[in-house]
Amino acid sequence: MTFKAPVQDFATDWDHTDPRWVANPYPIWDDLRERCPVAHTERYGGGWFPTTHEMVSEIANDVEHFSSRLVVVNHNKFPEGAPPAPMGGAPPITSDPPFHQIARRVMLPALSPGVVNALEPQIRDLCAKHLDALKGQEYFDAGSQYAQFISPGVITRMLGFPEEDEDLFREFVHLVLDLIDLPTEQRVPLFEPLVQYFTKQIEDHLENPRDDFTSYLLNVQVGGKRLAPEHVRGTMVLTLVAGIDTTWSAIGSSLWHLASHPRDLERLVNEPEIMGLAVEEFLRFYAPVTMARTLKDDFEFHGCAMKKDDWVLLGFPAANRDPAAFEDAGQFIIDRAHNRHAAFGLGIHRCAGSNLARLELRVAIEEFIKRFARFELADPQAVTWAQGQVRGPRNIPIRVGS
Amino acid sequence: MKVVIDRELCQGHGRCFSIAPSIFDFDELGNGVVIGDGSLDENTVEMARLAQANCPEHAIFIEE
Repeated sequence: MTFKAPVQDFATDWDHTDPRWVANPYPIWDDLRERCPVAHTERYGGGWFPTTHEMVSEIANDVEHFSSRLVVVNHNKFPEGAPPAPMGGAPPITSDPPFHQIARRVMLPALSPGVVNALEPQIRDLCAKHLDALKGQEYFDAGSQYAQFISPGVITRMLGFPEEDEDLFREFVHLVLDLIDLPTEQRVPLFEPLVQYFTKQIEDHLENPRDDFTSYLLNVQVGGKRLAPEHVRGTMVLTLVAGIDTTWSAIGSSLWHLASHPRDLERLVNEPEIMGLAVEEFLRFYAPVTMARTLKDDFEFHGCAMKKDDWVLLGFPAANRDPAAFEDAGQFIIDRAHNRHAAFGLGIHRCAGSNLARLELRVAIEEFIKRFARFELADPQAVTWAQGQVRGPRNIPIRVGS
Repeated sequence: MKVVIDRELCQGHGRCFSIAPSIFDFDELGNGVVIGDGSLDENTVEMARLAQANCPEHAIFIEE
């Protein structure tokens, strides 16, 4: 890891990898929202961080000025050989209109509620399998021994990859999302095994087509033509990267919350009918995902002189804590009835996998509390949080009660 | 009273048909659609209002 100067003032020098931000970003965001409300930094080649729900929504909906070509902030904005617009490296998340709409229409039918809801029994079995392994243990890690297995298991099955490759994917995702401070010449070669893996899987699916998302992408036609190979590959990368770390983080944060808030755990165990509301409040309060945009041109945004190619860190989790948008925004209310949260983003890039993520989150919590009606953090100090644009606990050491 | 979804604003968050499945359904892309002509009575208007209050894109409108 390269050395970084500590942040003096997040308003003028924000860094989302600063240890204080990683450990507990909410007081920082609340402070910035009152003081700025758009924070600036010279780091990463220059960037902005809006903190109000209204501004986050405005930028998410302004595809004229803000591009999605790059969505993960790093030090090498447009390196040579970067995937070109309008597709970007992982369509449709990295695509801008009008190509975006084409790529999104390809993806959405495969992730619609009707298709996704049919996976519920499989997801339940997967959760049960991992919970069986914890039987009889008083102490275990609900992050590394449970939460982190669920979404890789689901995505692996969805893409039609061998189940034994799940561990590989966690490593790949770490590479994309966590290691943003590595210099380009060190970072790029690390992707080579992933590229080769996908090539192997695509070849295998071309030879042996089957009923999974990979075969769907290889066969789907737009305007009478199959998708370009880089489109298929990019969407597979997106599915893997966006479908694993995110949901695993949401499951982890929810279990961490329940382990540290016994009254909420008790309510959820005794009143299963509030599960739907609870899932939305977990998503609002612990929204894992922050996305980025880059400026297409110089643009004046609410008095901020944004420059072409500047980053904008689009803090959906910060928007979810804005008191102007939510009553008692800083309170976790397990049965909150009015909850217009932005955990899955806003506008045309709404998370394509949101139906699947929500299902995984609900089933993972239901199955967990079915086995363990009482549990608490065994060592609150041992909980570590992921660094980068996907926030969630990596370790959740708990003790289960009888 | 009638409930409508603005198809331009809807991005398929799926909140409406989860909250009020008797009033809303989804299309092949997962975007929300109103079932039938969207007419509401005193039994259904509260559910429609609840769905409206949970739509992240403010895409649901209730016409008096």
